[in-house]
Order: sequence, then C-alpha cells, then structure tokens
Amino acid sequence: SMNPDLTSERQTASFSVEKLTALLDGGAEQTRIRRAVVEAIESDPVFSRENQYFQTQNERYEAAVRKAVHLQKKMHEMGWTENGPEYKYIYRALSGDVAFLLHRVFMRSISVLGSDKQIAKWIPLATQHKLIGSYAQTELGHGTYLQGLETTAVFDTATQAFILNTPKISAMKWWPGDMGRSATHTVVFAQLYVHGKCYGIHPFIVQIRSLQDHSLCPGITAGDIGPKMNFEHIDNGYLLLKNVRIPRENMLSKFCEVRPDGTYVRQGSQKINYFTMTTVRISLISDEVLTPLMKACTIAIRYSVVRRQSKLKPGEQEAKILDYQTQQEKLLPQLAAAYAFHFINDYLQELFNRGYREIQRKNFDMLPELHALSSGFKAMITQHCTAGVEICLRACGGHGYSLLSGLPSLYTKILASCIYEGENTILLLQTARFLIKCFMAASAGQPVPPSVTYLAAVKPGKCSAKNKLDFLSPDIYTEAYQHVAVRLTSSTAAKLQDLIQSGVKKHDAWNQCTVQLVQAAKAHCHYIAVKNFAETVEKLETKAGIQKIMKHLCDLFAVHGIFSNTGAFLYDGYTSAAQMDMVTASYLDLLAVTRKDAVPLVDAFDFTDKSLNSALGSYDGQVYQRLYEWAQKSPTNQMSPAYERYLKPLLHNTLSKL
Amino acid sequence: AAAMSMNADLRRERAAATFQPELLTHVLDGGPERTRRRKEIEALVLNDPDFQHEDLNFLSRSQRYEQAIRKSSLMVMKLREYGIADPEEIYWFKSFVHRGRPEPLDLHLGMFLPTLLTQATPEQQDRFFMPAWNLEIIGTYAQTEMGHGTHLRGLETTATYDPSTQEFILNSPTVTSIKWWPGGLGKTSNHAIVLAQLYTQGQCKGLHAFIVPIRQLGTHEPLPGITVGDIGPKFGYDEMDNGYLKMDNYRIPRENMLMKYAQVEPDGTYVKPVSDKLTYGTMVFIRSLIVGDSARSLSRACTIAIRYSAVRHQSELKPGEPEPQILDYQTQQYKLFPLLATAYAFHFVGAYIKNTYHRISGDISSGDLSELPELHALTAGLKAFTSWTANAGIEECRMACGGHGYSRCSGIPDIYVTFTPSCTYEGENTVMMLQTARFLMKSYTQVTSGQQVTGMVSYLNDLSRQRIQPQHVAARAVTVRLNDPTSLVEAYKSRAARLVESAAKNLQAELNHRKSKEDAWNRTSVDLVRASEAHCHYVIVKLFTAKLAEVSDAAVRAVLTDLCLLYALFGISRNTGDFLQAGILTSAQVTQVNQRVKELLAVIRPNAVALVDSFDFHDVHLGSVLGRYDGNVYENMFEWAKKSPLNKTQVHESFHKHLKPMQAKL
Repeated sequence: SMNPDLTSERQTASFSVEKLTALLDGGAEQTRIRRAVVEAIESDPVFSRENQYFQTQNERYEAAVRKAVHLQKKMHEMGWTENGPEYKYIYRALSGDVAFLLHRVFMRSISVLGSDKQIAKWIPLATQHKLIGSYAQTELGHGTYLQGLETTAVFDTATQAFILNTPKISAMKWWPGDMGRSATHTVVFAQLYVHGKCYGIHPFIVQIRSLQDHSLCPGITAGDIGPKMNFEHIDNGYLLLKNVRIPRENMLSKFCEVRPDGTYVRQGSQKINYFTMTTVRISLISDEVLTPLMKACTIAIRYSVVRRQSKLKPGEQEAKILDYQTQQEKLLPQLAAAYAFHFINDYLQELFNRGYREIQRKNFDMLPELHALSSGFKAMITQHCTAGVEICLRACGGHGYSLLSGLPSLYTKILASCIYEGENTILLLQTARFLIKCFMAASAGQPVPPSVTYLAAVKPGKCSAKNKLDFLSPDIYTEAYQHVAVRLTSSTAAKLQDLIQSGVKKHDAWNQCTVQLVQAAKAHCHYIAVKNFAETVEKLETKAGIQKIMKHLCDLFAVHGIFSNTGAFLYDGYTSAAQMDMVTASYLDLLAVTRKDAVPLVDAFDFTDKSLNSALGSYDGQVYQRLYEWAQKSPTNQMSPAYERYLKPLLHNTLSKL
Repeated sequence: AAAMSMNADLRRERAAATFQPELLTHVLDGGPERTRRRKEIEALVLNDPDFQHEDLNFLSRSQRYEQAIRKSSLMVMKLREYGIADPEEIYWFKSFVHRGRPEPLDLHLGMFLPTLLTQATPEQQDRFFMPAWNLEIIGTYAQTEMGHGTHLRGLETTATYDPSTQEFILNSPTVTSIKWWPGGLGKTSNHAIVLAQLYTQGQCKGLHAFIVPIRQLGTHEPLPGITVGDIGPKFGYDEMDNGYLKMDNYRIPRENMLMKYAQVEPDGTYVKPVSDKLTYGTMVFIRSLIVGDSARSLSRACTIAIRYSAVRHQSELKPGEPEPQILDYQTQQYKLFPLLATAYAFHFVGAYIKNTYHRISGDISSGDLSELPELHALTAGLKAFTSWTANAGIEECRMACGGHGYSRCSGIPDIYVTFTPSCTYEGENTVMMLQTARFLMKSYTQVTSGQQVTGMVSYLNDLSRQRIQPQHVAARAVTVRLNDPTSLVEAYKSRAARLVESAAKNLQAELNHRKSKEDAWNRTSVDLVRASEAHCHYVIVKLFTAKLAEVSDAAVRAVLTDLCLLYALFGISRNTGDFLQAGILTSAQVTQVNQRVKELLAVIRPNAVALVDSFDFHDVHLGSVLGRYDGNVYENMFEWAKKSPLNKTQVHESFHKHLKPMQAKL
C-alpha cells in the first residue's frame, strides 16, 4: 500500500508529472521507448540487482560478465541494435552494472584511429566477440600528461615488428577497465622509437591473453589492481610488457604510419580525432553524472517526507523532516541543479551535433570553443553532482549510511567522474586558457566565438534590484553572473600581464595565477548554465504548469548560487549589502515554494524501484518495512564462525586458550 | 621490498624543513613524556604477533568482523595484563590494535560499563558489573530506533510494569520502534541497556533505561520473545555488527530497571529522580572526542595526500624541464595546505575542550557548574563544525591524489567511510548547530536587555556600544592587519557578532509576523546555522592564535604561525561575502587577503612534508600505500594489487562459465 505521507504530496502537485517526464525524455514517444527497454531488462532475472549490496568483489565481477554475455542474447531477442532508438536506454536500465564497457572504447578507437584495412580486420572480430578489447593508456605514474607516458614500442626493421616494453615500474599500465581478467586484446599507447628516434605517443593493438584458454601471452604480466571505492564489477587491471612483439600492421595507422623500411609518415588531420575525445566528456554527463544525482534526489526527498522527527508545533504529530528549512536548504538546491544540468546537457549535445556537421565539412572553427565548453562543463557538472549526491546521503541521517539506502554506492560511483576523462582542475585550467585568449582578442577588437562575446561587453554598472522580487527576474540575476564572470576573467588577465611585464616567466606567471584562473572558468560555466536555464524556461509551453515550476527551479538555481558565493557578487560593490539581504530573503521564499512540489519533481525523473535499488526511496514509501526485510537477507545474519571461534571462549572466560 | 631505501624526493623534502618535527609532535601530544608513552604503547601492539593479520581490504565483511572480535578479545586481556588503565592510554592501545576503526566491543566498553557505573544501584552493580567486567556479560546500549534518532521523546519502545509478577513487559509495538543501529547488538552482545517509555499504573513516565538479557548464556541463541540480528552492509564500519532488536511481550524482573535515580516500587509507585544535570557532562565529553577525531582523521588524510604529492610527478611547469612534483602546482597547494592548517587548528580545539572539560568536572564535585551550559552549547557547534569540515577535507585529499586516491590501497576511502557517520551520530550536525544557535540567541537577548554575558560570547556585549557609534564598524575596516593573527581574531569576532545579530533580528521579525515560536525558529534556521558557524569559526581562530604563545621553540612557533595565518586568511577568502557585507573588509583588502593566501602557500611549501611527519602516524596505523613514510609508492602498489581476491587464480572462473561459451556460440 502507499504511504499516506507520500500520497498527500502527490495530490497537491502543481503540474503534470507525466508531461514533465516527457519533456525530460525529449518527447512522449521517447518516454514510451525508454519504459519498454526498462521493462524488458527489469523483468529478466539475469539482470537483477537484488543481492548486489551483499556480494563480494569476485561475485560482482562474475555477475557483470554474465550480464554482458546475456545482454547480447537479449538484444538479439528484442531486435535492439546499436543504431536503434532503444540502445541509449539499455545502459541506464542496467544502472551500468555490466562488464565489457571498455570493449566499446576499444572498437571506437580502432574506428577512429585505424586505417580502412585495420577496421576491416578487427571490427568484425570485435563485433562478434571473438575477442574482448580494452584500452590501455593510463600508467601507474602517468595519467593527465600523455606525453609523459613511458611504455616503449621500438620498431625492428629486420623482423618488421614492434617490440613493446615496460621499462620501469611507473610505466606499468594501471587502471584500464576489463583488463585485469577479461580482455584478450588491448590498445596500448606507447612512445614510438624508430632507428633510435622517438616519435611520441602512438596506439598499438596488443594481444594479451590466449583465445584458446585465456592464459596470458608470452611476455605479458596482467591482473586486477585490487579493491576500489566502487566499480567492484569491473576488473580494472595492470599490464607489464616484456619484449612483446607485434606485427607492423598492429600500429593503428590512420594518421601515422611506419613504412617497412622504418620511414615515419604522418598523414591527414588529427583534428577529428581530437574532437572525438572531446565528445566523450559530454557523452558521459547524462548516464554517469546526472542519473546518479537524480536518483539520489529521488531517494532523499521521498525519504524526507516519510521520515518524521521532532515537533514543529507543540501538541502536533512529529513533522516531516522536509518541512524543516535546514533540510530544504540541503536538498532543494540539488534538485534545482539536477534540472539545470539536464538542460545544459541538452544544449551541449545540440552544440556538439552542430559541431560534428561542421567538422565533417572540414570547418574546424568551432573546435576551440567546443573543447573549452566540454572541459569546463565536465568539471563543473561532475563536481556539483558529486557534492550533491553526498549531501543527499548525509541528509538521510543514519539510514543514509546503510548500503541498503542505495546512496553510498551512488556516491562512490559518481565521484570517480571527477577524475576520469580529465582531472577537473586540469580541465578548468584548459577552459581558463581559452577564456584568457578570447578576452585578449576581444579587448583588441578581434572576433570571438559566440559563447564568449559577453567578455567584450564590459560595463562596470551596479545591480539594479530594488526589492527581493527583483531577484526573481532572469535579467537581473543573469547579468549579475555575467558581471562576475567578466570581472574574474579580466582581473586575472590583467594580473598575468602585470607579472609578465614585471619580468616573471610566462609559465611561472601562469602557475601563480592558477587559483584565480580556476575561479574564472567556474564563473564562466555557471553564467552559461544560468543563462541557458532561463532561456529554456522562456521557450517552454505554459500549459500543465510546467513552465511555472521550471521558472521556480531556475530562480532557485540562480539565487542559491549567489547566496552561496556572496563574496563574488559583493566584491567591487556590484551588489550592495542591502541587496544581498534581498537575495537571502528571495532564496528562503523559493525553498518554501519548491518544497510543495518536491515529490512530484523527483517522480518526474521516472526511476523504477528496481533501478533505484533503495530501501529508503521506493515509490510507495514503505521505508521501514523494506529496511527490515532487506536487512534480514544479509549474509551476516547467518551464524558466524566468529561465535564458536572467539566469542564463546571470550564469554566463557577461557580466553587464555586462544 | 623491506630493504628499499627512502624515496629521494621525500628525503630532500625532509632535509629542507626549517624545524624539528619531533618538537612539534611533543606540542601535539602535550609534552615529550606523553609522546614517549604513546610510542611505547604503540610498540607493544605493533610488536605483538597476535595483532597481525591480512590486509583488511581483501576480506569480506564477515571475515573482517571475525578479525575484529578476535583482536578485541585479546585486547581486553592484554590491557589488563599490562595494567593499562588511564583512559587516554586505553584509547591509544585500542586505536593501534584496531588501526583507527570501530570494533564490536566499543559499546560494551564505552557505554554499557559506564552506564552501569553511573546509573545502577549498588545491588545492580553487584549483579551485573563484575560479570560485565569479566566479559561473561557483553552489553550494548540500545537507544536509536528505526524511525527515531534525534528526537528522544519520540521513541516508541514500551516497558509496562506488571505488579502481579513484579516484572516489566517490553514491547516493540511498531516496525518503526525496532531498535536499529546499536553497535555490537547484531551478533556480539548477550545483554543490552534498552531505553523505553515506562508505563506504570496506567501512566507514561517517559524514557528509562532497562538491563535486558537478549541471548542465552552458553549457546548465544536469542531468548524467546527476542528477535535480534545484523542490519546489513554499510558504507563503512565493516567490523561492527550494528544490530536490530525487536521485543514481543518480553518480561524482565523489576530489579532490571536502572534505578539509581528514578524508581518503580514493587506496587508500581513511581519515584521521580532528583534532577540530573550531569548527563550534560557525558555529552560534552563524547563530543570533545569527536572534535579530536576530526583532527586525527583529517591529519591522516593530509599525511597521505601531501607525501604522495611530493612523490608524484606530472606534466610540466617549465618547458623542457623534467616533470615536477605535483606539490609544486599552486592549485595542489591550494587544495592541501589550508586543510593541513585546519587539521592543526582542530587538534588545538580538541585539546582545549578536553582540558576545559576536565577543569570543569573538577568543579562539578565542588558544585560549580556555572560554565557547563556554555561549554555544552559550544561543543555542540564545534562537533558539527569540525566534523563537517573534516568530512569534506578528507574527500578533498582523496581527490587530490587523482585516480590512485580512488583505490582502496590509498587508505583514504577507508578513513572517509569510517569518519563520515560522525556527522550524524552523537547529535546530527544541523541539530547541533541549532543548539549552539539557541544559546547564542539567549545570550543576545540578555545583552539587549542590558545584562553582560561572559566567556566566548562576550563579544556580544560590544554590540550595544556599536549602536551608539554607528561609524564604529566601518572605522574598523582599515585597522585589520593581515599579518597579525590577533587582528584577524577581531575580524572573525566582528563577523560572528554581525551574523548573530542579523539572525536575532530576523527571528524577531518572524515572531512579529507569526503566531508560533517554533514556526519562527524554523523559518530562521538557515540564518541561525550561519550564525553558529561564524561563532565556531571565531572560536577556532581564537584558540589557534592563543596556542602560539604557549609554544617555546622559536622554529616551531614560526611554522605554526604561518599555519595559523593561513587558516584565518583562507577562511576569510572562502567567506568574503560575510566580511564585505558587514563592512569589516573592503574589496581592496579582500584582494590582499587572496594574495596573502597564495604567498603563504609558497612559504609553507618547504615545510609541508615535515608538518605531516609531525603528526607521527606509523605506517601500519596510516594503512596507505600512497602515504608510506619511505615514499616507495609504485613498487608497493604492485605488491598490494597482486594480493587482490580477483588475482587468486590466473584464469578467473568466469572465463569458463560465461566467456568461453559465448565465444563458442557467436
């Protein structure tokens, strides 16, 4: 039965939940397809995640391999193909709990970096799973800085082979997914040497395990890197190469080739390849970053209307904890951020699709801007969402700490996103480099890409808000964000110039300004996110209450951002002390307003109970019964050998015999 | 691997330090004699083969519980054998044995035994204390229920007195009333002190404590009427069998109610307790431990992240030069050094609360409890402030270690999952902040009604003076001296005063608009929490500054002064809005603060490794491959990984079960 505390929340929704779900999916037809995929996956017991929280690393890995194998069968059965409309929903339906994800990266890198001949040879083998691929770039001692990789591939003209080596311990490949136990092949990135000359990093296809009995190939040492915070189902691995020989044809050679005589030839433009790598950062946002935050919000908000604690008014029933202002302050800004990032993700996807079309027409003009946006937003969104999930976890008090809440595993998984595909600080500095360059160009009257034209329009004005309602005006808050972004970029640019003019070397000056540069990049992304949310809201249909509730969330996202960073807005007097009090007042009002629709707003994310896999967050709100039932399934409730071995002698005072 | 020499980078770092780390260690321990004794106890544990075991990262939860219970049993025996009885020394011994992790006997030793001592009658002590001391009885403390934590009065478990048999009948009437979370309850304990609503003669007399046998002595099977078990896997606390307990018409004799204070007579007559303010003392003590734990957990994370950042090289700072240590990047220093300064600040705050508590508890026996309410209010806020900050700081340290921080071999995931529940237990942090706020509001009201307040809130007395001179605050702006910690203490004081006043005024405005006090309080609680945070922040800066004068060695004092300045200035740079809005600092001064912070990063850089060495964590206690004292990180990561459970066999069984059949079919 439905918990009445949740029913009452749903009865008072100010908008149509189904319409909002369709908006998030990009249309009612998409919602239908997604639900069909979810239904097909969740009704199949092989894909069940029911016992996940009780499994060991070995059991998790085995289940993931089993699911990956079964998925092939399922796709065939259902008629799903990699190019079909269902495909993108499969991963979401599995909650990512499946092996061989790197197999796709392996295939993509061959498609992008390989010659036509190589594609014709390897792609069919991979498609039919005659081999299982991985992607070995990161080393024990090297991640961010690709040029620093130490693995070597030396061309031997006599035998027409590359000889691969791991010259020292820090050069060992470390972290690649699926490599510890599963993969038979991997793409190894190594420093290419021909006739004693180093040509830099190149990709090579290397077989690491036998296709017969899965034993390691000669010269290969490989294994699992051991337990991590999450991804227990993935065998992240290590790889040591000792005089491993591969044929000349195994160097992926779309862009660079070593001819039989050892001549090194560079051909074509690598820009499209560079673009592909940039795209990965955007493609991970939806499934790896937004979904966990949306799930965490769903769990924490539903639980916060079921959980009652202390009294707000004497003599009354204990209050729902979501009625406490301090609980609203924790959760509702995360909810607003989830929507804000959903819309910025839509915007980025569209921009990248346009960029892709342009690049196919050999127009590379958009590349620097796309690179800056993908770096900055990958960093901003992963950082915000990771912090958001952790806030949701702690907002659920003690029960949030139980694995059965689902929150710890959401958190430990999402937080890896702050590091993979580019460490966030490094990425923000890349965005900052673009901003500084564009700012200098704009100051010199040169044209700059659309997303940064605002840098040229420096107007040192003041915020024009007269009362707290003015802070609900997108014009007012968007301009405030713009002002801060311009100020941080321009002042850092000036500082850099000052340092360089005073004789500091360029790279030293850069390092001395990096703290400020990171702030400028964040401010830039925050401004664009706010602006995009406001523009999206304006275009929404006014029917069914959708636009109104989205306007509230947009206001909350913007005003909360000011409230949590007042210094940036007060600095230089753009916002006055009195205006900042108005911001606070507006912010607190918005918490109370969005509180009313909090449960319908998370219902609209449309996660099934199975996909949430949380005793606290189920749709029916039967929190306590579920917690009790699930706990009893724990393996720790089988009689432990600890009693006979240690407790009994302890209790019987025969300790000395231990 | 044992013969490996020290990593050259770390050797260089240590040689370049401007002070002697062991002198700073003495400051942290409270004198060279304390350091000597701590290391002596540490050696007792580390040299004892009984306390050795496989890396816990490779064990299942059941195995980890088993290891913990084995070590706990031995620990109790050896503590008595060695005659270690001082509470702090017991704490050291325990934390070396369990390497900073919780253990199944924590509640028995930390709650069950002390509760017997303070709340049992002499007759009850005769019956229960010695068996419990000898571990024939193992007990836990069952307060929290599935549906109730913070609000004690809301607990639902009932104990109904039956005069005909002179027994209490215990019941868990609803699912939400099931006892949930008590440590050691799931598998270990055979008794529990249960908190329940007492009913006698048809009336509810509120919460009381009862000694309840839950498992059969001898077989350890649950007794009839008792349902007990483990609550399942958690984020951390793998060693601890947090449990559930459900009671159905379960009868215990009248004599099992803890009756030193309140009593139920054989006929059911209830005798009220004399007022008992001493419970304040216990709460202050436990919360002071959490402040100390915040400091230690953050120190461990900083030790790992800073040593690793000195060993790790990446990218290039100068074209053509070798890859630099990542600790040379300003962004890395900006992540780690403020946390290092914070760890030191929290050490001194923890020591202050502990000392103040001991001083006041001396007074309790002589009847002077006047300082206790303030200390109680202050420790609530400091517990929340330090645990929130340390919680976030540990994560920042882990993140600063990049991908390798995510591996369990870094040790930081373990520190995090062990520490993070302290934001919730012993008083949920937001609730704690609001308790401090209540005290601040009370003090503010006293001041506005013309009374003087004393202690840490005495700055509120100045508010009335400022009202007479409206230019006062603005005039203060130019006087803040960025290199003088005492001047920064004044700036924090002004900020706290302003936020307390602003919260008080908003509260008053809400009260003028609405009927209920509770409603007004709730609608101001965001402001109230901010006020409490500002107050705690002020107290911490003040205590850190005060500590400097006590340090005799000039080199140590110099480096601590740098850290103190960094702590204070970084706090300002992170909260510039408060200082700007109140007119305490101008925009130009904020720019100077930001600049000064960056200069201090460079000043602290040469001493960074020595500053974490001073925390003096043994490698075994640190439990981190990245944070090893000798810095031989990569070799040992490889050694560690080879022991992973997935590497037990060369070809994993999944290959034969799933992979091979698939390849055959496709």
